[in-house]
Formats: sequence, structure tokens, C-alpha cells
Amino acid sequence: MTGEIYVLLDQSNGRVDTLSRETLALAQQLGHSHGLGVKALLLCGPSRSSVENVAGLQVDEVLAVSHERLEQYDPDAHCRALTQVLAQDRPLAFLMGHSYQNIDLAPKLAASLKCGLVTDCIDCRIDGGGMIFVRQMFRNRINADVRVRSPHPWIATFQSGAGAGNDLLEGEATVVERTVDLSGLAHRRTVVETVGAVKEKVDLTKAATIVAAGRGIKRKENLRLLEELAEVLGAELGASRAAVDSEWLERDRQIGSSGQSVAPRLYIACGISGAIQHVVGMRNSANIVAINTDPDAPIFNLANYGIVGDLTEIVPALTRKLREEKGL
Amino acid sequence: MKVFTCLKETPSRDTRYELAPDSSWIGNAEVTHEISECDEYALEEALKLKEKHQGEVVLLTAGRAEAEKSMRKGLAMGADRGVLILDRARDLSSPHRVAAALEKVLQDQDYDLILTGTQSDDYGYAQTGPMLAHLLGLPHATIVMQIQVQTDRGSVRALREMESGWFEWVEIPLPAVLTIQAGISQIRYATLRGIMQARRKEIRKIELGDLELDLSSMPHLEIERLYFPEQTSKAEMIAGTPDEIASTLVDRLRREAKVL
Repeated sequence: MTGEIYVLLDQSNGRVDTLSRETLALAQQLGHSHGLGVKALLLCGPSRSSVENVAGLQVDEVLAVSHERLEQYDPDAHCRALTQVLAQDRPLAFLMGHSYQNIDLAPKLAASLKCGLVTDCIDCRIDGGGMIFVRQMFRNRINADVRVRSPHPWIATFQSGAGAGNDLLEGEATVVERTVDLSGLAHRRTVVETVGAVKEKVDLTKAATIVAAGRGIKRKENLRLLEELAEVLGAELGASRAAVDSEWLERDRQIGSSGQSVAPRLYIACGISGAIQHVVGMRNSANIVAINTDPDAPIFNLANYGIVGDLTEIVPALTRKLREEKGL
Repeated sequence: MKVFTCLKETPSRDTRYELAPDSSWIGNAEVTHEISECDEYALEEALKLKEKHQGEVVLLTAGRAEAEKSMRKGLAMGADRGVLILDRARDLSSPHRVAAALEKVLQDQDYDLILTGTQSDDYGYAQTGPMLAHLLGLPHATIVMQIQVQTDRGSVRALREMESGWFEWVEIPLPAVLTIQAGISQIRYATLRGIMQARRKEIRKIELGDLELDLSSMPHLEIERLYFPEQTSKAEMIAGTPDEIASTLVDRLRREAKVL
């Protein structure tokens, strides 16, 4: 296979964001092992500063597209700009981070280019016939190897952790300015207001120990069992999205991609299956204990200690044991 | 306010999956189906919009003939009628194809809003909504948590979920496509009266073939292999009675992990 891999660089606070760095690292690795070129693509407003931030990456070229309509994310402007560049260059593949912004943009881009898109990938490899994109399906229970049958570029978005951002190779990139024609493009989407979630009453990022509840706690009354365990451990309570959506815990205790990212010394996951959206927020915990009724739950792949069983029996036994030792 | 709500029926959320012998698809002999989770929330939002602004809620489904059962549930919850695109041979297994089929049906319809779930419980590609919007030339917003229709301005405001607990309100002109996030509200139950009425509500059935789409020319995502995630676990599995488990775990956390 020959050709080039293009990677979209997203920036936050004037830096290439972590997810883009990881995605680029993955592309560099694929490029090196299979002799494919790698180029980075940057959409930005007219200011030069964004471009300077990306010149130190090891890529064949940085393609910089600056336009006043690209200052802030707008699906119409971003889609048209990318369509023009990608339809002209037709790289082999176009990779993006699976960010909330790119989830909004990528399917529109795929429809516009009439190219296949594989979202939320956790890995990618090249075999004789082409590229295999790996992603999870059926609510993260089953992995799938997916092949795209469409003209190039094959588009894919990558989940956090698919590439290792620390392995990103630095270098001297040539920056090539590309122009796009966005004339006559109506302003359809206006950002009215950006709001923080509930002002975090609870800062879980500082907690040394977290006892977290998931869908598997089944009913609100069972939360008491976790509270008692948290109390004896001096722990904070955390929650998966499912537990928050069920209104068992407040949203400011949510851990994961749409909540807080934590790294306590001890994380006890109670009735949490281990969906990737939760895992990205807690996988850096030093020690993970998982209690779940389903022996196949993906959380056990991450845990240091796993217990298959009913948390309404295990958690109280654990609390009793700890109390006993403390002479309570 | 006329709202089309796209419903997909997918395997029940408590399904314990088995794989087909050739690993090309799931192999469970019997799988019960239900409305995909996000889609059910989309329907709930549509019904709330109807309560507030009057109008009509129409269900749009592409699926097996059996999907009618899930649609009847949606009608019992309060939707007015439904359109079912019969995809008997599972030809609509890629997002471009689903979006094209839905677009074909919607081309000659009137509507103010089209709602879909953010992602489905089976493939979970999260593509159909924005693709459909693009094909219809409409603006869209994804991962929506709240909807406010601005009737006087002919627009809709949508609260979008973003990274790390941030949200943004965006405003786009009607008609528009919104993809709805799960868990944003309490889903209503169908009343007995609703269930009775649903039996008489219309579901128009369209054979996929009659839409005359050139499916084979569209981008396709070919599933080469399904497999269960590798057990890469380094976890020590602790078994026993609850009290034995508690003792062992406390011991490990103290001696090995040194966190107690």
C-alpha cells in the first residue's frame, strides 16, 4: 500500500491537544512501519500563533488552512474547508481524535466527501489488502475489525488511548499554507453560550480513594452500602454516567469523558461494566478493585483485583471487615 | 411543530452476546429487541415538543418487519404515526446507506425538526443524524441534552455536551436535525389508553427496493470479524464467601498495594 495519512490537529489553549497528539503518534507509527507519508492538517483563524505551535512535529508537512470562518468551530465551514483539501489531495486516510467536536464534524465530512468513516476506533493496523480499523460495538461488549469500502480518504476518529502521545516524534515540519474558498457560506450555527457543568462542589481529582457506583448498583437504596464503605475508607463517592443518569448521584461526581478525570491511589468500581467513556476518566488510578456480577465485564481487564459477585453482599462484608480492624 | 423521530430497534441492553461461527455477526439464536436507548430519549424529547408547541410526531424506522413492535411502543407513548422502511436483508448496514434511505423518504415530507439518537446500541457509529442533515442540506447539532424551540425566530437552541463537564448552547435555523443523548430526561410509560390507541395508528410500510437507491455505489463499512475483547487482565480474581473475599481483599490492599 502506498500513499499518505493525514491527521487533523485540534488545539486547546494554544497547544495541540492530547487526543490529536495521540492520533498523530499512531499515524507516525503506521507511517514508519509501512512506508507511508504522514501530514498534519490544521484549521485555524487568521492569527499566525496556531501555526507556530505545530511546526515542531515530525511530519512530512503541516498543511495550514487559515480563514476567519475557521476561528471557531462551525460544522459548515470546517466541513467545506476539509472537503476542498481532501478532495484535491485524496490521501489514503484521514484520522481525527474522537472528540466531541469531531463527532459532530466527521459524519458530515464523510457525507460530503462520499467516503467511509469509522468512528471511535481503539486501534488501527495495516495488512496486505488495506487498513483495518478496530472499534467496539454492541455497547462496548464486542470488538469489531472494520474495513472501509469507499474512495479515499478513509476517515476514522480515534478514542483517547489508541495512540501513545508520549511517543510523538518531534522534528522540523515544513508548513504549507493552503487556501480554501468559503465564499457564500451562510452562518447557520451560532454558539450562544458556553457553560461549565454544575460548579464542581466535589473535586474528585484530589481524592486518594474513590468508591464509584455504576448501573449495577440497581437502585438508589444500595448507594447507602457504598457510602458506608466510603466512610470507613475516608473515600469520596464517584459515579459512572449511568449512575448519574439514573439520578442516584449528582452529576458533579461523574467520572469519565463527560465528567472528571481521576487518578486516586485506590479506586473501587462497584457495578461498573467498564465502558470506554468511563475508563478514560479513571484508568490512571494506581490500584483498581472491580466488583461486578458479569465475569465478562471489561472492567476486569483493567482491575488489579477482581471480584465476581453481588455487590450488595461483597460491599457490606468489606465495610464490616474494615470497621472490625479499626475497632469500630 | 412537526417532528420526525428516527427509531432503530436493537438487541435488548441486557443481551449476553454469542458470536456466529464465522464471527461475522452475533450468533444468538433468539435475541429480544427494543428501541435503541438514545432513540427512546429522542422520542421523549419529540413528545415534549408536541405538548408544548402542538403538532405531530412521526416515527421513522428502517429495519426488519418485526421492528413494527418497537414502533407500536413509540405510538403507544404518544407518537401519531409511523413510516417503516422494510430492510429485509439487512442491506442498510452502513451509515451512508441508512442516511440515504431516510433522506429519500423525507425528501417530500414537511417537518420542522428531525431527531435521532446520538448513537445506536448495536453498531454505535453515531453517524446517521449528521449524514442525514448533510444530504437534506439542513444544519445539525449532535449530543444534545436540551432543546428550546424559538418559534418567533424560526430557530432551535440546543444544549450540546462537550469535554470534561462543559456544555454549549448553539442556535441553528429550522428545519434542523438534532441527535439526542441518552439519560437526559425521564422517559414516559405508555398508558393503557395509549396502547389501545396505538393499535389503530397508521404505520406506512415501504419496501427498501422501492426507494430505488444505488446502495452498492455508497461507502460501505465491512465488518470483517467480531470478537470479544481480549482478557488482558492482570487482575487477581478473588473468590469465596463475601467474608472470605473481604478478608483477602483487605490483606492484598494492605500488603501488596499498600493503600490501607
